[in-house]
Formats: sequence, structure tokens, C-alpha cells
Amino acid sequence: MSTASVTLARQQASALIDDVIRRFGDRVVLDHLYLTIAAEELVVLLGPSGCGKTTLLRLMAGLDRPDGGTVEVPARRAIVFQGDRLLPWQRALPNVALGLRGPDAGQRARAALAEVGLAGRERAWPKELSGGEAQRVALARALVSQPELVLLDEPFAALDAITRLRMHNLVRALRRQHHAAMLLVTHDVDEAIALADRIVVMSQGRIAASHPVTLSAAEREVSSGREGLRAALLADLGLANRH
Amino acid sequence: MTETSAAPAVAEVPGLATDAVTATGAREVFVAAGARRDSVLARGRKRLSWPLGIYTTPVAILIIWEVLAEAGVLSPTYAPAPTAIARTAVDLWRQGVLGPDLAISLRRAAIGLALGLSAGIVTGVIGGLLTSGENLFNGIVQIFNTIPILAILPVMIVWFGIGELPKVLIIAFGAFVPMYLNLFAAIRGVDQRLIEMARTTGAGRWRLVTRVMFPGALPGFLVGLRFSLAYSILGLVAAETVNANSGIGFLITNGQTYLQTNQVFVGLVIYSILGLLADQFVRALERALLRWRPSYEAA
Repeated sequence: MSTASVTLARQQASALIDDVIRRFGDRVVLDHLYLTIAAEELVVLLGPSGCGKTTLLRLMAGLDRPDGGTVEVPARRAIVFQGDRLLPWQRALPNVALGLRGPDAGQRARAALAEVGLAGRERAWPKELSGGEAQRVALARALVSQPELVLLDEPFAALDAITRLRMHNLVRALRRQHHAAMLLVTHDVDEAIALADRIVVMSQGRIAASHPVTLSAAEREVSSGREGLRAALLADLGLANRH
Repeated sequence: MTETSAAPAVAEVPGLATDAVTATGAREVFVAAGARRDSVLARGRKRLSWPLGIYTTPVAILIIWEVLAEAGVLSPTYAPAPTAIARTAVDLWRQGVLGPDLAISLRRAAIGLALGLSAGIVTGVIGGLLTSGENLFNGIVQIFNTIPILAILPVMIVWFGIGELPKVLIIAFGAFVPMYLNLFAAIRGVDQRLIEMARTTGAGRWRLVTRVMFPGALPGFLVGLRFSLAYSILGLVAAETVNANSGIGFLITNGQTYLQTNQVFVGLVIYSILGLLADQFVRALERALLRWRPSYEAA
């Protein structure tokens, strides 16, 4: 890659993962991994358990350091974890406002809660929230800082099917409001097809395949294109024979 | 379960609509609390059987004690009746002995507690938050923790005589050690996932400490406070019993010397009331501060 094109890529990219290596003891979890996420792009990272998805996400969140290569991400980024990770001793509103500063912090947190459909629940304790509500508060906490990159680590894995579909609608609605790039980690193929601009499949510490998704919202529900993509993804995951 | 598992026996009885029962076996029906017909009776019985909650047993013992003492089974020299102890307490108060002694004991406890808790909280926070703090304090407090309060009393007397200082220091020592150990463990035990989360939201160090570490350590802090209060009362008793010419401990030693068993018991009752009050105080704090806990039930 020439210097000019690198600069260009950097300007358009929200995140640049370049030749990253991460080892835990003898085990190489990330093996010379490359990944670029464009501005405002929603990339879904798909892969079986233990393939290094979460490790990559933690590197991008700044919670871990690579053993080789570089991770370049926006300073304004947020992460939504698998569990809601709400502070149990704070009500919903201060939980959302945890990282905010300034006199309008309360107002902004209130707006973020309204955005995820939880207006009026500002004073609820986390223990009073359902699983879906708690995860929505966590989503509000991530979006309230107006991040350029949102990292989502299997955020809906613990939710029931109906709540999960509602959360998918919410994510689509939020994308229209917030112009942030997103990286969503999941092991759910249907979730990937429902949300992604691009699906990358991870295998043995590398990005094994990349599928741009150009289907319309209706086509993502039912279409031959969807079935073809699904079959391709299952093949990438080594599950083709079951299909 | 065993009663209804004998399904074939039921099925043999002709004319009974047993199909549904035999198909599913034993059943349980849950309805809203209070919706059952016998609920008034059941609630009344519950109230009757535990009218005083955890204080039912102590009160029952007091009543039995009183009855046995009145009946002459217990000698007044060994175990005077509770009413006799109460009378002695009133008499002592009227003679102007009990009031000043109690005030002196309470003042010792208050000063000692204030010293011990302050030291325990300051060092506990430093030790919990900083590795250097841990290295500085942990070893010495672990050593302190192995020394019984009673064992340092002679040293205190040698160093500081028999004035107020050794008594206050003993109480402070009793309060300091458990507060440090519990607070240190509580801060270190704060959920790492929450700390990680707070870091990713961009909350600064100050917010991390005040919004995540301290509230997260609060349950452990309250456990420490409970032990501190209990140990400081222990320290108070030890200090006052061994060398004192005033205070509740002096009252007890004095009663022992002149075989005034009533007076000894008055002192014991006061110590136990202090202990109960301390426990109730921590309970009230827990109710106020730990409302967010999933296990918390509105009282």
C-alpha cells in the first residue's frame, strides 16, 4: 500500500486493525489480523465461541494491548458489553451519565434514555429493570457520549427472541440518529444478516471471509439473497453440511 | 410427593375422574399472599409465635429466669431476678453512681471508636486503592490481627499507666483492625467488570473511585463497622475491668469485691444493651445505604 492510499484509508476509516497479534501463553488468539471499518459502517463480526472475537473487541476498546501490530480507533468510542454492567447502586439516569461532564449532562442522559424508549424510567434501580430494559440503558450509556465508534460484544445474546428482535429495530433506528461506525460481535447468523452492512467471519485468529450485505430491509427478512448469504456464512463457519 | 405417586391405587377406584390427577402427579397451587381463606388465622399465628422477632428468645429467657428466681430455685447471690437487677439499676442511678459511670464509659468508647475507625478507614482506603498502600499497611495489620486485645492490655498499662489513654487506645485498637481488613478486602473485591466498564465510559479517576469503588465497597465497609463496634465494646470491657476507678467496668469489679451480684449484672446488662444498640445502628445504616441491593427487602 502506498503512503497516499494509507492516508486516504485512514481518513475514511473509523477503525484500522493492522497486522495485530495477541497471544495468551502459547495460544495465538489473533494471528496477523487485518480489519478496516469505514465511517458509519456497521460491521458484524461472526465466529464460533473462542475464536477471538471478544479479544479483538477488547483490543479495540483499549482494555487490552496487542502483542504485535497496531490498533487505531477513534478516541471517542463506546462499548456495550454482553451483560448490562450497570452500577447496581445507581439509578438509571446516573448510570447513563457516568462518563458525562458539564451542566447539561443530566439533560443529555435524559435524552439518551428517551431515545432507547425508557423515558420515565430515569429513577429506576437496575434491579427493577428487565433484561431488555437494562441492556437498553447500557446502550443509552454508550450512545450518550456521541461516539464515533460503538463496539457491541454480543449485546443481545442473553435476551429472549422477541426482545432481541425489538433490540434490532432499536439499533436500526439509532443508526439513523447517530452517525457512528459500529462493530457488533455475535455468533447469531440471523442477527448478523438483520443488521450488517458487512459481515466478516473470523476463524483461527484471522478474518476468513468478508460479505458486504446490500439487501433491503424486506429482503433481509425473506429472500433468495438472504438464503444465499446465510448458506455462505454457514459454510464459512464450517456448518455447511448441516444446512 | 410420595402420597400422590401411588397413582394406580387411585385409578382402581371406579367412578372417580382421576385422569387429570394421574396424568400430572403431585400439584402445587400458588396464589397471592393473603388471598387464601385461612390467611388471617395463619398470620395471627405467625404474629403470636414470633411477637418480638429475634428478641423472642432473650425475652423468654428473662421471663423463665424471673419465675425461677421468684420461686427460689435460683439463689439471689448467684443470679438475682431480672426485676431485682432493674431495681438495683434504679437505686444506683438515684445514688448518682450509675449515671457518671455510664457517661465515662460512653466517652471512652466514643473517643476510642472515633480514633480507631478514622485510622481504619484512612488506611483501608489507601491500602485498597494503592499497591504501595497495601505494602505499607497490610503486613502490620495482619500481625495486629493475630494479637488478642486482652494480650496488649499489660503493655498498654506499662507504657501509659492506668489513666484514660490506655483504655481509649485499647478500644481504638479493637475498632481499627477489623475496619482496615474489611475495607481493604471490600475495595479489592469490587466487581472488575464494573471498573472496566466505568473506564470505557470516559469517567475519570475521581468518578471511578467515588461512583464505583466506594459504593461497591460499602457492604464490606458495613461488615467492618459491625465488627469494629463489637470489638471496641470488648476492648472497653477489658480495659475497664482490669484497671479502672470509674466506669461500668469499675461498677462490675466493685460489685464482685463486695459480693453485690445485682450490681455485677447491672453492668453486664448495660454492656449488652450497648452491643445491641451498636448492632441496630449498623442495621439501620444498611437499610438506608443498601437499598439498591437485589437481596434487599423493604422492611
